[in-house]
Amino acid sequence: MPADIATERDVERLLARYVASIDADRLEEWPGYFTERCRYQIITSENYEQGLPLGIFFADSQAMLQDRVAALRQANIYEGQRYRHLVSSTLILGEEDGLVIAQSNYMVARIMHDGATMLFSTGRYLDRVDLRGPGPLFAEKLVILDSRRIDTLLAIPL
Amino acid sequence: MRNALDLAWPREGLTRVPYPIYSRADVYAEERARIFQGPVWNFLCLEAELPQPGDYRATFVGDMPVIVARDLAGTLAAFENRCAHRGALLCFARGGHGREISCVYHNWTYDLRGRLTGVTFQRGVNRQGGMPADFERSKHNLRTLRVESFAGIVFGTFSDATPPVETYLGPAIAERIRRVMRKPVKVLGYNSQMLPNNWKVYVENNKDSYHASLLHAFFTTFRVNRLSQEGGIIVDDSGGHHVSYSKRATDKPSAEYDATDLRAKRRDYRLADPSLLDGVDEFGDGITLQILTVFPAFVVQQIQNSLAVRQIVPRGVGETELFWTYLGYADDDGAMLAIRQKQSNLVGPGGYISMEDGAVGGFIQRALPGGEEGAAVVEMGGRGVGSETTRATETSVRGFWQVYRRLMGV
Repeated sequence: MPADIATERDVERLLARYVASIDADRLEEWPGYFTERCRYQIITSENYEQGLPLGIFFADSQAMLQDRVAALRQANIYEGQRYRHLVSSTLILGEEDGLVIAQSNYMVARIMHDGATMLFSTGRYLDRVDLRGPGPLFAEKLVILDSRRIDTLLAIPL
Repeated sequence: MRNALDLAWPREGLTRVPYPIYSRADVYAEERARIFQGPVWNFLCLEAELPQPGDYRATFVGDMPVIVARDLAGTLAAFENRCAHRGALLCFARGGHGREISCVYHNWTYDLRGRLTGVTFQRGVNRQGGMPADFERSKHNLRTLRVESFAGIVFGTFSDATPPVETYLGPAIAERIRRVMRKPVKVLGYNSQMLPNNWKVYVENNKDSYHASLLHAFFTTFRVNRLSQEGGIIVDDSGGHHVSYSKRATDKPSAEYDATDLRAKRRDYRLADPSLLDGVDEFGDGITLQILTVFPAFVVQQIQNSLAVRQIVPRGVGETELFWTYLGYADDDGAMLAIRQKQSNLVGPGGYISMEDGAVGGFIQRALPGGEEGAAVVEMGGRGVGSETTRATETSVRGFWQVYRRLMGV
C-alpha cells in the first residue's frame, strides 16, 4: 500500500474510534486518544481566523482532558444528551516535526434525553497526529466551529 | 402616555416575582419601550473594538439592532441599524470600516453619525422619476442614541432623562468597573450562547449570589467560591446595579456547610492538572471573583484572571442570546495570556462554572405553563434592597425588580 494511503487510513481510523467513544458516552476513553503533552481546543472559526486565542474548551495536557471528563461526570449539571458525529474523509495537508497534519469536516447532532434532536455543531478538525508510536494519537486537535453561537451549553467534547 | 400593563404584582412586593413576567408577549413588547429605550444606559461595545476613525459595529439595545461607530473625527456615535427608506438592516455583518454606510437594497447612504447623505437617483434617471422636489434628506436621518464612554466601555441611551453614566452607576459600581478596566484591554475572543429562557431569568442569575456555590459544584469543590468566604454584595442606590465579590484564600470553617449534604461539596474530587487554576493576583486586592451587573442587561466579570463582558440580548419572550467577549490587557505578556487561556475553561458556553447557567434558566422557562397564578419567592437576606456583607442573600435580585417595576409601572 502506498505510504500516503496508509497515512490517510491510520488517521481516519483514529478519528472513527475517537467519535465512536464520544457518541457511545465512553468519555473516559477520550483522553486516551491524545499524547500526554497534547493540545486540544474548541474554538469558533471567527476567533480562529482573526487570530483571537480564546475558545470554548482548552487543554494543554492529557490530564486536563481527564479533568474535563471528571467534571462532567461528578460536578457539572446538564441534561442527559448524546452526540452523533459524522466525519468526512480526511485531507492530509502535510507533515511537520514528525506529525501528520490532517483536516476533516464534522457534523454533530445532539439528541436530548426527551428525544429532541438538533444539528448542534458543524465544523472541521485540524489535527496533528503522531503516527510514530504503537498506535496513532492526537498531538494537537483543533475543533474549529463554523458558528460562533452555541445552543444552551457545550458539555460533551466534540 | 403609554397604557398601563394589565399585570397585578403580588402584594408582598419585591419578595415576589409573578411568573407571567417571563412569558407574556405584551410584557416583552413594553420592555422594549420602557426598559431598553427608557432612562437606562445600554452596553454597546468596547472602545477597543472601535480603534480607528471609520470603524463601526453592529450591536443591540434590547433586541433592537443598532450601529455604534467612531466617526471620521474620532467621536463615538450610535444610531438605529435600519435604513430610513424601507427599513432594511444597514449593517448585517459584525461591523466594518469606511467613510459612510450604504444600504445594499437601494444604496441610500449615511455618514457615521447616522445622517442621510445620499439618495441614489434622487433626481431620477434621464430627468424621469426621482424623489419629489420637496424631499428633504435631513428629515430622514436615522434615530440616534446618546453615547458615552466610561472606562473604555461604550454605553448608549435613547432617553434624554438618563443621567451621565457615572451618576447612573453610582460611585461604588463605577469604582468596581474601573478596577477591571484599569488599563487598555484587548479582545481575546468572542462567542455567543442561546439561552432557552426569558432575558430577565439570566439577569437574575447573575445577581443571585445564593446559587453560585450550590448549583456550580466545580467552584465549591476547589473552594474558589463558598458562601462562607469573605466577600459581599454591593447594590447601588437605585437597586439596579450590583457587585458580588469574594476572596478565595479567606474561607472560614462553617458549621452550616459542614452539616449540609451539598451535592456541590464533593470531597474526593481533585484536579489531575491543577495548573488550570494557577493564576496571579493581578489586582493586588485578593479578590478572586467579581461579578458586576449594570441595569438592564450587562455584566462585567472577573473570575480569577478570566475577564469578560457579557451582553444579554432578548430574542423573543423565551429566548436570549448571551454574547461573551473575553478580555485581556493590551500589555499582557505570553505567560499572562497562557493563564487567561487556561482559565477560559471556567466560563462561557462550556465553562466549568458557568455551563449550568445555560441550562437552569430553561428549567424555569419550561416550568412556567400552569404557573400563571404563582410567583417566585425572593426573601433570602430579608425583604429590602441594599449592600450586604454576606452573599447568602437575594438583595440584588430584589434591586433589579425595584428598578424594573418603576420603569414598567407594574
